[in-house]
Amino acid sequence: MADVTMRVWRGDSSGGQFADYTMPAVEGEVVLDVVHRIQAGPAPDLACRWNCKAGKCGSCSAEINGMPRLMCMTRMDELPTHEPIVVAPMKTFPIIRDLVTDVSFNYVMARQLPPLKPKAPEPDGTYRMQQVDVERGQEFRKCIECFLCQNVCHVIRDHEENKPSYAGPRMFIRYMELESHPLDTNDRLELLRQRMGIGLCNITKCCTEVCPEHIKITDNAIIPLKERVVSSSYDPIAWLGRKILRRTKRSAGEAAQDAPAFTAPTSEDRLERQAVPVAVAPATAGGTPGAPAPSAPDVPPTAPAADA
Amino acid sequence: MADGHLAGSGAGELETHDFDVVVIGAGGAGLRAAVEAKDRGLRTALVCKSLLGKAHTVMAEGGAAAAMGNVWPEDSWQVHFRDTMRGGKMLNNWRMAQLHAQEAPDRIYELERWGALFDRTKDGKILQRDFGGHRYARLAHVGDRTGLELIRTLQQRAVAQGIEVFMECKILRLLKDGEGRVSAAVGYWRPTGGFVAFTAKAFVLATGSVGKSWKYTSNSWESTGDGHAMALWAGADMIDMECVQFHPTGMVWPLSVRGILVTEGVRGDGGVLRNSEGRRFMFDYIPAMFAAETADSEAEGDRWYDDHINNRRPPELLPRDEVARSINSEVKAGRGSPHGGVFLDIASRRSAEYIRRRLPSMYHQFKELAGVDITAEPMEVGPTCHYIMGGIRVEADTAASTVPGLFACGEVAGGMHGSNRLGGNSLSDLLVFGRRAGMAASDYAEGRTGSPAIDRAEAQAVVAEALAPFGRDGGESPYDVHRDLQETMQALVGIIRTESELRQAAEELDKLGERADRVAVSGGRAYNPGWNLATDLPSMLTVSRLVATGALERRESRGGHTRDDYPKPDPEFGKVNLVQRLDDQGRFTVTPEPLLQMPPELAALFEEPAAGTTAAPGKEGH
Repeated sequence: MADVTMRVWRGDSSGGQFADYTMPAVEGEVVLDVVHRIQAGPAPDLACRWNCKAGKCGSCSAEINGMPRLMCMTRMDELPTHEPIVVAPMKTFPIIRDLVTDVSFNYVMARQLPPLKPKAPEPDGTYRMQQVDVERGQEFRKCIECFLCQNVCHVIRDHEENKPSYAGPRMFIRYMELESHPLDTNDRLELLRQRMGIGLCNITKCCTEVCPEHIKITDNAIIPLKERVVSSSYDPIAWLGRKILRRTKRSAGEAAQDAPAFTAPTSEDRLERQAVPVAVAPATAGGTPGAPAPSAPDVPPTAPAADA
Repeated sequence: MADGHLAGSGAGELETHDFDVVVIGAGGAGLRAAVEAKDRGLRTALVCKSLLGKAHTVMAEGGAAAAMGNVWPEDSWQVHFRDTMRGGKMLNNWRMAQLHAQEAPDRIYELERWGALFDRTKDGKILQRDFGGHRYARLAHVGDRTGLELIRTLQQRAVAQGIEVFMECKILRLLKDGEGRVSAAVGYWRPTGGFVAFTAKAFVLATGSVGKSWKYTSNSWESTGDGHAMALWAGADMIDMECVQFHPTGMVWPLSVRGILVTEGVRGDGGVLRNSEGRRFMFDYIPAMFAAETADSEAEGDRWYDDHINNRRPPELLPRDEVARSINSEVKAGRGSPHGGVFLDIASRRSAEYIRRRLPSMYHQFKELAGVDITAEPMEVGPTCHYIMGGIRVEADTAASTVPGLFACGEVAGGMHGSNRLGGNSLSDLLVFGRRAGMAASDYAEGRTGSPAIDRAEAQAVVAEALAPFGRDGGESPYDVHRDLQETMQALVGIIRTESELRQAAEELDKLGERADRVAVSGGRAYNPGWNLATDLPSMLTVSRLVATGALERRESRGGHTRDDYPKPDPEFGKVNLVQRLDDQGRFTVTPEPLLQMPPELAALFEEPAAGTTAAPGKEGH
């Protein structure tokens, strides 16, 4: 077989450029295989994330010839080989190195989600749920957290300033999953409206198009959530329904109280800190036993109040 | 909070964090342990090599075994216990197998309270599916992505609790205090290459598997046996490290995906194995131990799916070690598939709609990676290195290792599965013993006096060793050493072993060890996979030596350990664990030590043909 040329972005937060690697083509390979062969050969320090190599963990997201994809599920034989195959990191997240980006935004948003508040179980201590009722949530729980939907979402891809107040498609399906969860009693609609930016989405369906799990993010999660948020806020019949069902509508602030992120800084603050470029000791500095210990990250650790 | 920097005299600084309990590894076991410790109110940290939620648990497909009796009310913990022990060829720590069988149902129901959405029975209970070696349909599942459901549920629970998670952090070594208690762990941040130490009153190892020492494996890059190696280096006992599970059905083609798992659920849901002649060859390999409960005709095997009481299970659902060896034999006899496996056929046996509903990710995986439509044609499958039954010797009730302050749960712990693990018992194992490790580590931390300290000189030695590959000129690439290690283990310490090859493996591992000491890496420390691999090599080599040493010493065939030169089980070896530890000079020692003695009431379960089940007249084994 002929050779393939991979044009891979190399660099860090201070900048970088594409580098070409020409490798022999091998039958049946996916993009990640070729990246691995580049690591084992010409560029041992080429950074990329991966774990399962079977489309189940969502680690190896990248932009391949401009398309957001999982590297492990993109077969080489479906890509044109007469020109270099361009592999770039996800654009929406800050670069750590090469193909690795700082996705801590997603973990910060996950922490702001008020968790499941299950209703009381059956007398035997367990729950009964019908298959048809769990299937709706199961669609969203297929999510492998590759964050490709977040990556292509225009609200944050081109508008860094929207990030603090926009949960993004990945989190919207999580909200919808809980909204449709047969056991949940929590109300997060005001939170979604006021602080999670559900209204900012303008339904371009880019997220749905790139989802490797084929979750119908827009149709089955975002649109229904938008409708619920609207009726919850403005619909008198919904107001009456709540009265009858004795479901108290919770304000954004009340709902947020359930989420750890609103009460204490924890884990992902540290992840954010990791992404800060650190002065790296010269390669030879620690080469011999007894040599100086490496420098620590230049940002002091945050004191985690939650564990006190 | 003692977070801060250890001041050093002109030697830079080492970032340190202090906790009550530090859990290393954030797959199912580590998450469950951390959740428990945090629930107890302890200052708890979770440290993991990848991002949270990416650990190998996501790859588990079929389900979590628990005798809830939702599909077959005849099921009970006693039957599950018996299946587990027999599947492990009685080498199991009986107390672990008992606790596991008794507590697994509660652990599953607990996940449901935390948001998991399992598939349901018609009356709304958690549905359970059939799997190899389990007498009854027992695996709680979500299609064929149960591991993802489990890790996501635990991850979301941990996040809701506000557990501190230290992601993309590789731990290199455990350090002990003057009294021999584990007190610190030293590692580095992968994104920056900066070093970090954790001090804590108790440490839980939940680092998972070792598969990356083999060429064809279902494991991800993370499965380098870090926990196994660190425990051994810290003085812990390891048991039965020769017992490695080769899952019978990994993908074999294309080569780049060779080893990726094909769930046993395919067979549980009706799939059968055929050789190149179209024969269901598993009927030719039914061992005496399971003959009484295995169908001897295709017709009976097929009836069993609808009627477990009056029919016996098809031989495709024998325990994994039996199926893997049988496939190996068929391929060796020249009856394999074009790419060196056998055929796994569900297309001719179930409707396309059923297959897509029950096995969505298998459908997807074959379609995308191999261009095979499993609803229309058979899959090609063959054995792949999947799981290690051996591991850190632990006390059943507490998951305590033999080193004070060190606990272990999940795959890194040994004993629970004996010489062979049943499918579905791993997800339930990590829930049951993750919780127990979290409880016991919390107890230990609460009872421990004084503040754990870190020995600066020791920490600096760890750092220096990790950085050494940067300083070498003209050394070998770590990728080359890793590739040769994988070739060696695959060829000489694979599914079928023999003395001459194991001796050769020992020599090769010595040479590889010397090569690993000379590897050189280029580039900086920030997210440098070449350097990261160089720091993984010591663990992989240590684990490989443990496996090869145990395999040479166990001169019998049992479960996940098959010797060509000793093809039968030896009752004398069936009474012992092979315990490995380091002696004062740092040499490996291996000692046979007697198994725990099972109490009579449990031993009695093995005297009847099938305890705790209703027997169909005239059919022994039911």
